[in-house]
Amino acid sequence: MNHLGFELEKIKIASFDFTCCEGCQLQLANRESNLPDFLALLDIRNFREISSEQLDDYDIALVEGSITRSDEIKRLKSIREKAKVLVAFGACACFGGVNVLKNKFPQEETIRTVYKDKLVETMPAAKISDFVTVDYSIPGCPVSKKEVEEVVVGLVTRSLVTLPKYPVCVECKQRLNTCMFDLGEICLGVITCAGCDAVCPSGKTPCLGCRGPVENVHYDSFRQLVQDKGLSLEEMREKLAFYNGFEDYLSHEG
Amino acid sequence: MKVDFNIDIHHLPRVEGHGDIRISVRDGKLAEAKWAVVETPRFFEMMVKGISAERTPFLTSRICGICSISHTLASIRSLECAMQITPPETARIIRLLAMHGETLQSHALHLFFLAAPDFMGTPSVVPLLHSHPEVVEAGLMLKELGNELSIATCGRATHPVSLVLGGVSKAPSKPRLAEIRQMITDRRPMLDRATDFFMTLSIPDFVRETEFISLRDGESYPFIGGNLVSTDGVVHDENDYLLMTNEYTVDFSTSKFTKVSRQSSAAGALARFNNNFDQLHPRAKEAAAAFDLQPVCHNPFMNNIAQLVECHHIIASAEAIIDQLLDDDLNDFRIGYEPKAGAATGAVEAPRGVLYHYMETSDEGKVVKADCIIPTTQNNANIHHDLHALAEQALSQGKGEKEVEKLCEMLVRSYDPCISCSVH
Repeated sequence: MNHLGFELEKIKIASFDFTCCEGCQLQLANRESNLPDFLALLDIRNFREISSEQLDDYDIALVEGSITRSDEIKRLKSIREKAKVLVAFGACACFGGVNVLKNKFPQEETIRTVYKDKLVETMPAAKISDFVTVDYSIPGCPVSKKEVEEVVVGLVTRSLVTLPKYPVCVECKQRLNTCMFDLGEICLGVITCAGCDAVCPSGKTPCLGCRGPVENVHYDSFRQLVQDKGLSLEEMREKLAFYNGFEDYLSHEG
Repeated sequence: MKVDFNIDIHHLPRVEGHGDIRISVRDGKLAEAKWAVVETPRFFEMMVKGISAERTPFLTSRICGICSISHTLASIRSLECAMQITPPETARIIRLLAMHGETLQSHALHLFFLAAPDFMGTPSVVPLLHSHPEVVEAGLMLKELGNELSIATCGRATHPVSLVLGGVSKAPSKPRLAEIRQMITDRRPMLDRATDFFMTLSIPDFVRETEFISLRDGESYPFIGGNLVSTDGVVHDENDYLLMTNEYTVDFSTSKFTKVSRQSSAAGALARFNNNFDQLHPRAKEAAAAFDLQPVCHNPFMNNIAQLVECHHIIASAEAIIDQLLDDDLNDFRIGYEPKAGAATGAVEAPRGVLYHYMETSDEGKVVKADCIIPTTQNNANIHHDLHALAEQALSQGKGEKEVEKLCEMLVRSYDPCISCSVH
């Protein structure tokens, strides 16, 4: 593989999933028109969802999902030992994701509701950085394949890619959308990291914050905006809790 | 020859989610065959408690990364019935087009990425990029077409953004629809190429008589809503889904098992085909005839071919729907509603089979109770019993450990299981 006259090495990559829907890994097989070129950058060492070849030496590990069982902690730590770079891949790995919504219920009641008397092991859903050091995070529910491609190209060419720190609003304005607040909806795009091309407000549904908070969120102003528009603080909290990306604010607000 | 061996496949590759195959042979006889789902449960039925009905389809979408549109629409159907919301006709057909996109994407992913490597003797699709580039190209073009249909109709292929209670939040533009219409015309030869390729593969010869479960409305091939029917002659109303599932737990699986008239039953493309052959588009019937696939077919490996046949139907149906939308003014696609207390079931045909979401709402329009029964859950018991029969047949034909292992893996993949979805 040649880039600007330099020979490049493929990156040895592996992809693993924990408690999740596997939708982020599925994104790797999307954007089909450039998929052969994308795959040409990768030496896939271990990716159970698409290959029965499973090797233990890899440099980059993409880790999707949250952690909800003790065997997952063990498996995650062993991946951490082998990988040079561990990437938290998607909202579940980065923040715990929607799985955290079960944590507010007593665990016994949760198990009984779904499994009656069957014994099933589970623990409160947690993000992967609660157990291992994470080198890089790609948020989103699901991740954006376009962004993943940029990161992978960055890894191959040894150039650091930084993801947007500005809010979804910036991308939303670029797409000339009507503001969701003006349509009477609480939209978390104001305080959520961009990089998704404002896909939800562009489809006329409010952002639920799957990419997590921008740096230095001014929560008081956001809360004031919701109140000034005459919208419900209860609904605001339901949205902030959706992917657990705004955990700090919600626990602080109490 | 007396042989002893154990097959213990931990986390079967090239399927969605985590399941194990365990086979034990003693003195040349099958001692045990087991399909054990070891996936971690997420407890979605608890997660949705207290969530507003408006937000619930966005949450249940996250049950599955492959069939998120089906989950979204199952929740929407149950909540709309529970709160007596009737979406406009335009929204109804936009939703159907979104489902067509998802089914095409999912079938193409399964046929080319997950199943084809078994038949070609490769660990993944990657070596086929070099050995059979024209086949992989056809698969990618069809998968992309499916994704483009979903993106045009609901904003995103995985976890849709514009499918909402009361209709859709945004209708596709006419120029975009015209573009997709052209894309279908351009790519239909890819489906013929794919069909020619699958004709060259040798499908394992295995039959175990099975009860097949699917939706049926008697007017069209089923996707959203309808009666619940089985090839054993059982018919139930959509709201009586519990009679069609009878869920129970087994100690070796975190996913439940189900049964209807027999010890197990099956859902999916082959089940839809077996129950609704008369509703297929002529081009799909023609494709089925090329494989000598006729209802009722009891070979689970033919589920692969039934998926391919459905791709023919979907492409024909998508063309007709787009033509209908191009004649529509596309202005009436969403209605408002008042939250209210109610309860109902929404059944849809997800790519892997009939999917049920049951929801109960409070006066304020919050979900107070939910039950989701997943297609793969309805296939677990059948996979389990098929494995037993298949391993026995293979042993009686004198097949060795490696051959038995490969056949068992191929069998499970033929069901295209969506395991994390089944545990949810």
